[in-house]
Amino acid sequence: MFSLLWLAPTLPLAGFLILATVGARLPRRVNTALGVGSVGLAALVSLLLAAAWAAAPPGAYTQTLWTWLHVGTFAPGITFYLDPLALVMLLVVTGVGFLIHVYAAWYMQDDPSIRRFFAYMNLFVAMMVVLVLADNLPLLYLGWEGVGLCSYLLIGFWYREPGNVKAAMKAFLITRIGDTALIIGLFLLFAQLGTVQIQALLAAAPGLTPAAATWAAALLLGGAVGKSAQLPLQTWLPDAMAGPTPVSALIHAATMVTAGVYLIARMHGIFTQAPGVMTAVAVIGAVTMLMAACSALAQRDLKRVLAYSTMSQVGMMFMALGVGAWTAAIFHFMTHAFFKALLFLGAGVVIHALGGEQDVTKMGGLRKTLPGVYWALLIGALSLAGFPFVTAGFYSKDAILYLSWTAARGAPWLWALGWFTAFLTAVYAFRMIFLVFHGPAVQAHPVRDARVSVPLGILAVLSVIGGFVLLPRVLGGFAPFAAFLRPVLPEPPQRDGGIFEVVLLAASAVASLGGIGVAYLLFARRRTTSPDAGLARFWRQGWGFDALYDRLVVHPYLWLAQECRHDVVDAFYHGLADVCLMLNGWLSALQNGRVRWYAGALVAGAVLLLALLVWR
Amino acid sequence: MATVPVAHGLLLAGVLFALGLVALLGRRNVIFMLLAVEIMLNAAGVAFIAAGARWGRVDGQVMFLFILTMAAAEVSVGLALVLQFYNRTRTLDVDAATSMKG
Repeated sequence: MFSLLWLAPTLPLAGFLILATVGARLPRRVNTALGVGSVGLAALVSLLLAAAWAAAPPGAYTQTLWTWLHVGTFAPGITFYLDPLALVMLLVVTGVGFLIHVYAAWYMQDDPSIRRFFAYMNLFVAMMVVLVLADNLPLLYLGWEGVGLCSYLLIGFWYREPGNVKAAMKAFLITRIGDTALIIGLFLLFAQLGTVQIQALLAAAPGLTPAAATWAAALLLGGAVGKSAQLPLQTWLPDAMAGPTPVSALIHAATMVTAGVYLIARMHGIFTQAPGVMTAVAVIGAVTMLMAACSALAQRDLKRVLAYSTMSQVGMMFMALGVGAWTAAIFHFMTHAFFKALLFLGAGVVIHALGGEQDVTKMGGLRKTLPGVYWALLIGALSLAGFPFVTAGFYSKDAILYLSWTAARGAPWLWALGWFTAFLTAVYAFRMIFLVFHGPAVQAHPVRDARVSVPLGILAVLSVIGGFVLLPRVLGGFAPFAAFLRPVLPEPPQRDGGIFEVVLLAASAVASLGGIGVAYLLFARRRTTSPDAGLARFWRQGWGFDALYDRLVVHPYLWLAQECRHDVVDAFYHGLADVCLMLNGWLSALQNGRVRWYAGALVAGAVLLLALLVWR
Repeated sequence: MATVPVAHGLLLAGVLFALGLVALLGRRNVIFMLLAVEIMLNAAGVAFIAAGARWGRVDGQVMFLFILTMAAAEVSVGLALVLQFYNRTRTLDVDAATSMKG
């Protein structure tokens, strides 16, 4: 049964290849069916693998297809490695990915280049699966780069708009900074430990010198920060909303931005050798989550609210990783994938129903026109806000908050930042709900389609029940998820919980309910709109990071490029070009088009040759 | 049989060739230029004949037959080109054909 593993990445890849090559000759319906079906089959394969795992857990399963390249001792294979962590990631990526594909079949039904769209989407899923299943770092890097490429292609999908192309370019270039760090880290690990196989690396990690471990972990963190849009490489994510909404759901909610979380969780053995980097992970995550939550509060564009929310939630996962709460981070990744995909897909329906309007301040009263979407988005927002005891988001967020204080590496101030972020999260989630669905009604046309309601329904159910697999100890401690991941991800050493756990649980509930209450007072009763000045403006522009990078990097670089335009090297090559042009002028003057002139030249040449022969 | 000295034959060939060359370079009418080329070809033929006579070999005359055939082919192609040229430019002045100027 496990030998089916190779099909998980191959099916979407085959879908991509078919769509890219012969798809142009096939009708649109077939193209759509191919695009959705390939990922659907991959999801089915993942479910079969999970069933097989449940029946007889093999511990870990490795499948080598062939050796990729072989240079000395450097011999990465096209080898897939399935363990509980990879299985969870695989299920989420293909499962949520499939639901998004179904939805995309509706969302993109009138788009003229639907074939290109599904080709990119399939390649994206294939690359993400390769990343998740990779047994060695080069293969992981292949998936990592493939995901980056597809995000570029999909963000710039409507490439006739110059703004979209710029956003795509920005995403590509900024994540590239992280990718460069990652590959240097990869080489460093190979140079130090002589292998690129992940399990061998983890086994050998305790043998690293502290300096090497710190460098390697820091470089891996650099890669993760770029891909997961954390400080300081976070500026690409909000602009990446330029792509079609299913793309936002796929790339920026369910899969790609969590690649960094996966990388750190996968390489946790390296990180535990570098306590300083672990602290950096936690601090980066904590600061990012708070800043992004503030920014989300001030956004007017519905999709940008969700983009900043993603950044904030991924920051929370980073904080969990930083305190060593690997399982909690992966748990939050899973619940976040459910409710964020739900929110994005619902937001896509809202935008579609309003004919492309994305400004939340111009929306309102949609709960009568779009009742189904209202309930779906309400569940998504409740889960995002961590509504106590019934939503998945509550349990995953509480697990992180609890461990951010009680884990050995945790600290009360980390918990405080997390708690305040949870409060802000509830406020902006319900600001969105109240502004979009309550208040005076605006004109909208209802949407009724099974391709919308089925994915939304399934994701809504998952957003609620997805949390009941890891309950805190005070609520019974039913935790099959943690038990499932325990062979891969160790539990962090903790201080004693006891009554303290109840207090923190109650604090989480208070943050969530308080946030919803504040949002009700501010946005349902009075419909406060944030002014276009001062702090709100500063937050809306993402704490001015774009302007800062413009000043610090872009302008100096442009200045340097301008200065280098007339340097010595350029002068030499320009001179060379001028000389060539001059010679060309002379030679082309000889080609005057007169036959008799040519004949004369011929004679002159012949005479000259004869003279040479005679007098030599 | 009195033999013609080879120098005379070659002199005749040289004079003929020079005349043809001067005509080729001097005339602007395409038909006269074709004639000039013919004259130059025949000068080459005379040189072959004279050389063949000097060495008592038949190769010179064989070569002349080749030149004759080649000249006939060349004239047919040349005249076809002249017709095309005239159709396009409505003139026989070769200096009018400068569209390949570099």
